Amino acid sequence: MTGIARDGEALKGAELEGRLDRTWRPAPGLWGWLTTVDHKDIGRRYIYTAMTFLILGSILSVAMRLQLARPESGLISPARYNQIFTMHGTTMMFLFAVPVMEAAAIYVIPLMMGTRNIAFPRLNAFSYWTYLFGALLLWVGFVLNVGPDAGWFMYTPLSGPQFSPGKRTDIWAQMITFTEVAGLAVAIELTATILKFRAPGMSLNRMPLYAWAILVTSIMIILSLPAVALCSGMLIADRLIGTQFFNPFEHGDPLLWQHLFWFFAHPEVYIIFLPATGFVSQIVETFTGRPVIAYPAMVLAVVATGFLSFGVWVHHMFATGLPRLGYDFYTAATMAVAIPASIQIFCWIATMWLGKPRYATPFLYVIAFIVTFVIGGLSGVMVASVPLDLQFHDTYFVVAHFHYVLVGGAVFPLLGALTYWFPKFSGRMLSEGLGKLAFWLIFLGFNIAFFPMHITGMLGMPRRVYTYPANMGWDGLNMLSSIGVGVIVLGGLVFLANVALTLRRPRDAAPNPWNAASLEWAAASPPPPYNFPHVPVVRSATPLWEQGPLPVMTGLRVDDRELLITTAIDARPDIRYPSPEGTIWPLLSAIALAALFIGSIFTPWAVVIGLAPLGVAFLAWFWPKGSPTAEPVIE
Amino acid sequence: MADGVRFEGDLAALPTHGFGHRSITWWGIIGFMVVEGMFFALSFAAYFFILDKEQTWPPAPLAPPDLLAGSLLTILILLTEIPNSWIKRAAERYDLATVRKGLVVMSAAVIPLFVLRGFEFASLNVSWTDNAYGSVMWLLLFLHTTHLVTDWGDTLVLTALMFTEHGKEANRFVDTSENALYWRFVWLSWLLIYLLIYWVPRWLP
Repeated sequence: MTGIARDGEALKGAELEGRLDRTWRPAPGLWGWLTTVDHKDIGRRYIYTAMTFLILGSILSVAMRLQLARPESGLISPARYNQIFTMHGTTMMFLFAVPVMEAAAIYVIPLMMGTRNIAFPRLNAFSYWTYLFGALLLWVGFVLNVGPDAGWFMYTPLSGPQFSPGKRTDIWAQMITFTEVAGLAVAIELTATILKFRAPGMSLNRMPLYAWAILVTSIMIILSLPAVALCSGMLIADRLIGTQFFNPFEHGDPLLWQHLFWFFAHPEVYIIFLPATGFVSQIVETFTGRPVIAYPAMVLAVVATGFLSFGVWVHHMFATGLPRLGYDFYTAATMAVAIPASIQIFCWIATMWLGKPRYATPFLYVIAFIVTFVIGGLSGVMVASVPLDLQFHDTYFVVAHFHYVLVGGAVFPLLGALTYWFPKFSGRMLSEGLGKLAFWLIFLGFNIAFFPMHITGMLGMPRRVYTYPANMGWDGLNMLSSIGVGVIVLGGLVFLANVALTLRRPRDAAPNPWNAASLEWAAASPPPPYNFPHVPVVRSATPLWEQGPLPVMTGLRVDDRELLITTAIDARPDIRYPSPEGTIWPLLSAIALAALFIGSIFTPWAVVIGLAPLGVAFLAWFWPKGSPTAEPVIE
Repeated sequence: MADGVRFEGDLAALPTHGFGHRSITWWGIIGFMVVEGMFFALSFAAYFFILDKEQTWPPAPLAPPDLLAGSLLTILILLTEIPNSWIKRAAERYDLATVRKGLVVMSAAVIPLFVLRGFEFASLNVSWTDNAYGSVMWLLLFLHTTHLVTDWGDTLVLTALMFTEHGKEANRFVDTSENALYWRFVWLSWLLIYLLIYWVPRWLP
């Protein structure tokens, strides 16, 4: 054990940081960019990519609003319009919302836990590349006019071999497989990181609420994503090799698709929403200067939402003619979700009441979230009732409802969180002036665009139609919605300009510019590759608000990548564990996987032939490099 | 950490590995087992969903799958737990020689399972294209076969690795122990699938 360099009284300060930097810094240049396994590099990359798909998905919504601004408009053909709304929903749900929530967690969680990297960092790199290739498959297909056109939910029999010939649906189904592999990998990494990589002393009851939200979200991903991967696999098998899962003429059933799809896709809404509640809790704590009140109630509310989300999927199927008793159960379960959601809302409001709010941009997004999400939640309670749902089904009322929930419940907190953590990501503070301007444009534009849709829907305008006749009473409301989208776009451009202008300035952010309480703010802004020179120790739920210098532990190796594993509940130090170096093999494995998945759209033999390169890539990935290190050998 | 730090203890004496839930590998394996367990559970749900629409199971005039190949495979896969437990215990006491022997035995023991699995596909008495019943029977058998393939690949790589100098590293013994855990998942999930493919069609009218 002697002769191994470790941090401590004898090795600290600049000397320690220089040596840790050499150990943890990715290789320089393009090679380093391709091989890095640093959670901050991968997380930032994931965020950039997901935000790019937010922009692309928004461009599609602008196209739809231009078409719908006037009745009987001929701007977009019906077939193209089908592709556009399918691509909008698919992009927003699969390529933006779920990935961006995981992406933020990839960046923030290891820092918040006080560790040096995420668990399974190579799997993390693999996940990013897999996600990227799946996203490119969908969008390259769309650009080449083979984009999917049967709706983001891809209902059978419309999406089956009889009514959707060609490759459009196959591309959609394989894109799903890519994003599910990527999403499941990240969920397992985050679960392991949160349970085993916490700083000493950060017992479960001292864990930040954001970490609780991500833990529950990750477990929900693990339990729900297999459903969509399974049914999209069945769909592609029906289409390509002649299975009969959804074909009623051979005793299959299209409703099997709906059950499996919504068993995933309803929890998906909470997979998007729960991380956002985590953002809100962190922002409320920081900008009111006090912990969120009723911590146990908040944690239980998050866990309860996770449980209930698996009991509500049939509320998407009220119009399919299911047994009446089933309707009652799913109505009750759906309305029950309002209880934990309300507990959280009241706790945040009470925290603001008791604290000293600072109305900085992230906090404004939180207030907008509460207002918007409550409206969306109330219209959700309305459509949970079967008679009302049967009236509103497939109308713009539903479009208004879920945009209030998803944009209000997830995008507003996300924009707040990006503003909040921007100094950590980049070392620079975003401009408050431009930030507030963007906020007001987005918030007002959103309400101008989506509030009228409640009324358009009640007046009977159906969803997913490329145009509508004049004089139905819908003209003015549609024009108003289109103008609102224009205002949101302006706000988005101001937000982007703010980011671009800020990134041109030199780095000037202090480690903890907002005076926040959680551990990520103990690291430099931006953090060095090793995150923390020593292992931070936690004595309360708000470690950075404690008096005196930050307590730390020493003794991890300096010349080899090593981090600390703690016990799952009490976070007692348990094991010093090696963390992998960067490598090209996750990228090459993702390329081999992409070849297999994309090939399988054209021939089932691609699955057999493609296994060989994939096996080689995995083998090279897992085979230990170099000779065994001196310390952990058993002889 | 610009405001200075206070040293509160040293971690140098901690071990560099641990078995079971102390190890990160264990958490990763458990995570993947839950994911794959959900795949199985949802496939079972699809099976019963399709069953529910039928008058008879299997739908007339189809015959249930022949029992021989699947039953032999079930007996054999249960017997593989003997070398599997032997490897797991040897890994947890760092007994490299026994681990090496055991892994060779396990790598070989899976080969007859593949032969029997081939006969199983041939004895389903239905094609995946015939009807939804046929599709779901093939789905169950195919899903389980992917697990046989991946675990076998895993075991072969591990066997090769344990014969190199890397086999002496403590964390490779942890990997060996967790690989044995995963094999238990493979045969436990098979027992349920065996019931669904071979016995439910015989028990139902």
